[in-house]
Amino acid sequence: MSAAADPAPSGALGAGDAVPARAAPATRLPRPLVALVLLLVAAPWWLPAVGLYPYLAVEVAIFMLYAQGYNLLLGHSGLPSFGHGAFFGVGAYAFGLAQKHVVENLWVDLAAGVLVAALAGALVAAFVSHRRGIYYALLTIAFGQVAWFVAIKWHSVTGGEDGLLNLRRPDVDLGFARLSIASNEGLFLLVLALLAAVVLGCWRFVHSPLGRVLACIRQNETRARFLGYRVWWCKFAVFVLSTAIAGLAGALFAMAQQSAYPNVMSLHQSGFVVMMVLIGGGLASFWGPLVGAAFFILARDLLGAYTETWLLWYGLVFMAVVLWQPEGLAGIWRQLRATAAPGR
Amino acid sequence: MALFEAVRLHKRFGQRVVLEDITLAFEAGTTTGLMGPNGAGKTTCFNVLTGHFAPTRGRVLLDGRDVTGLAPQTIARLGVARSFQTISLFDTETAQDNVVVALPRIRARVADAWRDLARDTAAQDEAAALLGRVGLRGRERTRARDLSYGERRALEIALALAGDPRVLFLDEPTSGLGADGTARLADLVAELKRRYTIVMIEHDMRFLFRLADVVHVIHWGQVIASGTPDALRGDPWVARSQLGAG
Ligand SMILES: Nc1ncnc2c1ncn2[C@@H]1O[C@H](COP(=O)(O)OP(=O)(O)O)[C@@H](O)[C@H]1O
Ligand SMILES: [Mg+2]
Repeated sequence: MSAAADPAPSGALGAGDAVPARAAPATRLPRPLVALVLLLVAAPWWLPAVGLYPYLAVEVAIFMLYAQGYNLLLGHSGLPSFGHGAFFGVGAYAFGLAQKHVVENLWVDLAAGVLVAALAGALVAAFVSHRRGIYYALLTIAFGQVAWFVAIKWHSVTGGEDGLLNLRRPDVDLGFARLSIASNEGLFLLVLALLAAVVLGCWRFVHSPLGRVLACIRQNETRARFLGYRVWWCKFAVFVLSTAIAGLAGALFAMAQQSAYPNVMSLHQSGFVVMMVLIGGGLASFWGPLVGAAFFILARDLLGAYTETWLLWYGLVFMAVVLWQPEGLAGIWRQLRATAAPGR
Repeated sequence: MALFEAVRLHKRFGQRVVLEDITLAFEAGTTTGLMGPNGAGKTTCFNVLTGHFAPTRGRVLLDGRDVTGLAPQTIARLGVARSFQTISLFDTETAQDNVVVALPRIRARVADAWRDLARDTAAQDEAAALLGRVGLRGRERTRARDLSYGERRALEIALALAGDPRVLFLDEPTSGLGADGTARLADLVAELKRRYTIVMIEHDMRFLFRLADVVHVIHWGQVIASGTPDALRGDPWVARSQLGAG
């Protein structure tokens, strides 16, 4: 091996006397996130002004929540789960079934969506967590297809192709107050509050020991093992967390649509969340999935208004982004900022 | 009883026999050197001892306990740490974060999903002190991939030290270092030697013979010579094993 030049590391080896440098607090909320939140909060009021409808804001917020949780796996942990629609769907069905057969209570029904999705997630995670790369991807696709198939065929429970119809939006019971979410504006505020909680939770998670270790496992699984980490357990945990969030998103979607149907579990629906995350820049940025989800839903409606083949055009944009800007919209933003303020 | 023992280890990959009847014992507090030509099976030996591969036959004992075939994370938790011949770091993390993650106190708390790692000042201080120890003061906030080659080697060692291991395996720590880097590393290992039980694979004979208490020469998957550096200095096997070294 060649004797490579070795620029002297600062400080003598072995001397450990001076005050050690402390880590800068790296966990302030970034400004783009704050701006995004403000834009979002006002969405039902500015959307009609640009020719869209308030319901769209509900869907945007739900998919933001979904994409944020999904990116804990794909971007943050490098775990390609390509059948995630299954858990979104399980959350939607569990919400609907709890409402129809157990009790019509918002918190109970939402909790059912989250818990059942997390249980399904734990089951799948038990099978996939010792895999990585392509095997991980293929297994998650296979499980997703099984779930989709079950949803269609298990007619007595899921309602088959039609799904569960006439689901209701139970009032938000806060103990001291009862708020109706029958209107889209009302539902939007609930979704927004939950989105804020999920984003905050994800933010804490990625900066927690487990979150940091998962990022390390993404970069070098072998080294993590040799440092004593139970990699299987870490992958299992993040999968369950991510599927719980997908279940919450699914339950909210069931309220938005007032129904739960198998289409959301299909392979191409599972692909959509991947596209949201990638185009937003989830591989490089914490808040990329939020941007990507908004971009995707808005593109669907704006392009969809002009052409039946909107997905083709979206697909082309997607390919262009992946080819030329793998860090997605977040990467473009970063470049713009670097150009505007060099040296930062 | 030695702290760490390899008893009659065999390792085959398919038809290829890589380790053939290796028996080694590492006494607590000693520094052991392994040398031998490329392809002799030294790294494979480390891989078997640290749990990367199970041996085809033979046993590995840590403090008398049979750890043969246990997973790397299990063996690591018993206090065995290693560095890698091919540098193996968390490349997009900072030097500081690399070491923080390597601390057992963080590993013990990995399920705590609510703590902010950046604000765990005890862990951050400990990591910074370790970086200072291997000569990386001032480089805490640099990403591992942006460090120079020599600094990456030093970080490799810091990760292994972070576990305060009972046995420290170093696989060709001077590989790719210039004369200055090697001299600095020799000083560091001389200091570590006082506290740790070290086993290191090394091609640099001057380095190895200065630091090791015992040296084993491995060739064709076998231990062909063992002794103190002084006893081995004139050994024909030692001279010969250096021919294929690089
Ligand atoms: N995972 C593996 N699969 C197959 N052959 C291997 C594997 N690891 C090492 N070998 C072979 O074992 C031999 C010894 O390798 P190694 O232990 O790396 O030698 P050294 O570290 O002494 O240079 C080499 O011929 C190498 O090709
Ligand atoms: Mg080797």
